[in-house]
Amino acid sequence: MTSTSAPTAAAPAGAIEIRGVRKRYGALEALRGVSFDIRPGEFFALLGPNGAGKSTLISIISGLVHATEGSVSVLGHDTVRDYRAARRLLGVVPQELVFDPFFKVRDMLRIQAGYYGCGKQAWPWIDEMLERLDLSAKADVSMRALSGGMKRRVLIAQALVHKPPVVILDEPTAGVDVELRRMTWAFMSDLHRQGTTVVLTTHYLEEAQELCSRIAILDRGSVAVIEPTRQLLARHPYRFLRIKLAGGAQLPDALRPLVTGEVNDALELKLETRVTPIGSVFDALRNAGIAIEDVHTREPDLEDIFIELTGHSAKAGAATAGAAT
Amino acid sequence: MTPDQIGFTTLLRKEVMRFWSVLGQTVTAPVVTALLYLLVFAQAMQGRAPVYPGVGYTEFLVPGLVMMTVIQNAFANTSSSLTQSKIMGNLVFLQMAPLGPLEWFAAYIGAALLRCTLVACAMLLVTIPFVHLPIHAPIALIVMFLLSAGSLAAFGMIAGIVAEKFDHIATFTNFFITPLSFLSGVFYSVHALPPLWFKASHFNPFFYMIDGFRYGFFGHADVPIVHSVLWTAAFFMLATAVCLWMLVTGYKLKR
Repeated sequence: MTSTSAPTAAAPAGAIEIRGVRKRYGALEALRGVSFDIRPGEFFALLGPNGAGKSTLISIISGLVHATEGSVSVLGHDTVRDYRAARRLLGVVPQELVFDPFFKVRDMLRIQAGYYGCGKQAWPWIDEMLERLDLSAKADVSMRALSGGMKRRVLIAQALVHKPPVVILDEPTAGVDVELRRMTWAFMSDLHRQGTTVVLTTHYLEEAQELCSRIAILDRGSVAVIEPTRQLLARHPYRFLRIKLAGGAQLPDALRPLVTGEVNDALELKLETRVTPIGSVFDALRNAGIAIEDVHTREPDLEDIFIELTGHSAKAGAATAGAAT
Repeated sequence: MTPDQIGFTTLLRKEVMRFWSVLGQTVTAPVVTALLYLLVFAQAMQGRAPVYPGVGYTEFLVPGLVMMTVIQNAFANTSSSLTQSKIMGNLVFLQMAPLGPLEWFAAYIGAALLRCTLVACAMLLVTIPFVHLPIHAPIALIVMFLLSAGSLAAFGMIAGIVAEKFDHIATFTNFFITPLSFLSGVFYSVHALPPLWFKASHFNPFFYMIDGFRYGFFGHADVPIVHSVLWTAAFFMLATAVCLWMLVTGYKLKR
């Protein structure tokens, strides 16, 4: 199987190398010269609001869409000139729940393995995946008869039948229940521990924050940022303070510009760490004679950084993706 | 086998499994339809003078009906498979796989040829009680069968690639395949037509397919067998060239 076949190019720099990729659909420029590398063995997140160009970029990597300009290679193999080798090294879980209604689950997986040049030697691995993805009981059931969550798991198995060293999962947890989401996370983590390069796109930013060591955020066809997850989180010089004032007291005027929202009768203030320490807020309340009923602080998460960089909430995208599936 | 060969045989097997899983619809139904034509026309035209010396109307009719059914099924097999995969979205599994245009082409055409062979053999078998068909030129018979079925299978692939919904395939079938196959001399010799329609028939590629196939049985035809072979081969090469161009460039398949 392909995991054992080393690429012919000498020590490629990236599991996926993207160089100056542009894509135009008439007047619309979906990708505006995107360049970055995904390193071998990384758990990498590709994030961005709807229409940022994530799916277009993944489609170009997987050979579904022509790039207008630029090139992509997988472990040193150009996806156009050397497409057979590149595709054998890549597994892609598509975003849409697509399936072939003529076949049963196990047959579909065996057919998929055959496309990649894997014969009967792939069958034990197929049975193992069915077991691990909790699909063994459905192995001889028609694809038509599966629930949405089961079809999603079959898609994951299809992408992995040829044991590719690089796997792209395009919103694998969109619209699935919590249990399946956790199973998918565990499965992806296992794959990563075994050395597979995993590229994930998701609207659930806690998923990317939890799993991925590096994150790229695409916005309007360009890379807005690409950094290790910790560095990305640390670059946000804010802290959030949620306070509930006793007796329905009003916040002093000086603090009002810091308010970003109200949650369960508590006000959330966004404090720039170096300019407005938390102590200064407490001092201002004390000086105004206002008592605090409850207080809570939180560090910025990926959602805050995402909003700051793109001006969009990823949660809106998650709602759209969930509805679509 | 090399990985590429395994990929090709898998796609071929998958396409065969696809029509095999609905055999009643893909093989039995066309055979029954063709038999009904045979019964109705043989009854209606009973007692007419032989079309060719020593060839009765029912004998004359059978090869034409077989080829007409082959033409329609070759087109239907590839066009419906591709269109269905596009509409269901599962064509992405093939598009992302390390398969080249030649493997796609050969696998789809191969499966269509197998379906057409089954249909033709079934039709010839069920007509045994009604007619005795000699086989005058077996090589011509096989060549005409392969070129004709191959041409329509390739044309079906083109239609499947171009079509964005089943309506488009129905348009191809209703306004091209069915009229041209009915007006190709299945039910009559073109020599029986008025001069204008006689000439017009010579611009119908299906006429050469049916005429050449009939020659393989009787050794008689409306045009020399060489003409039929050359015209059908030209149609096959044209359809193949267009189809391969579409697969290589990703026309209507890749955005």
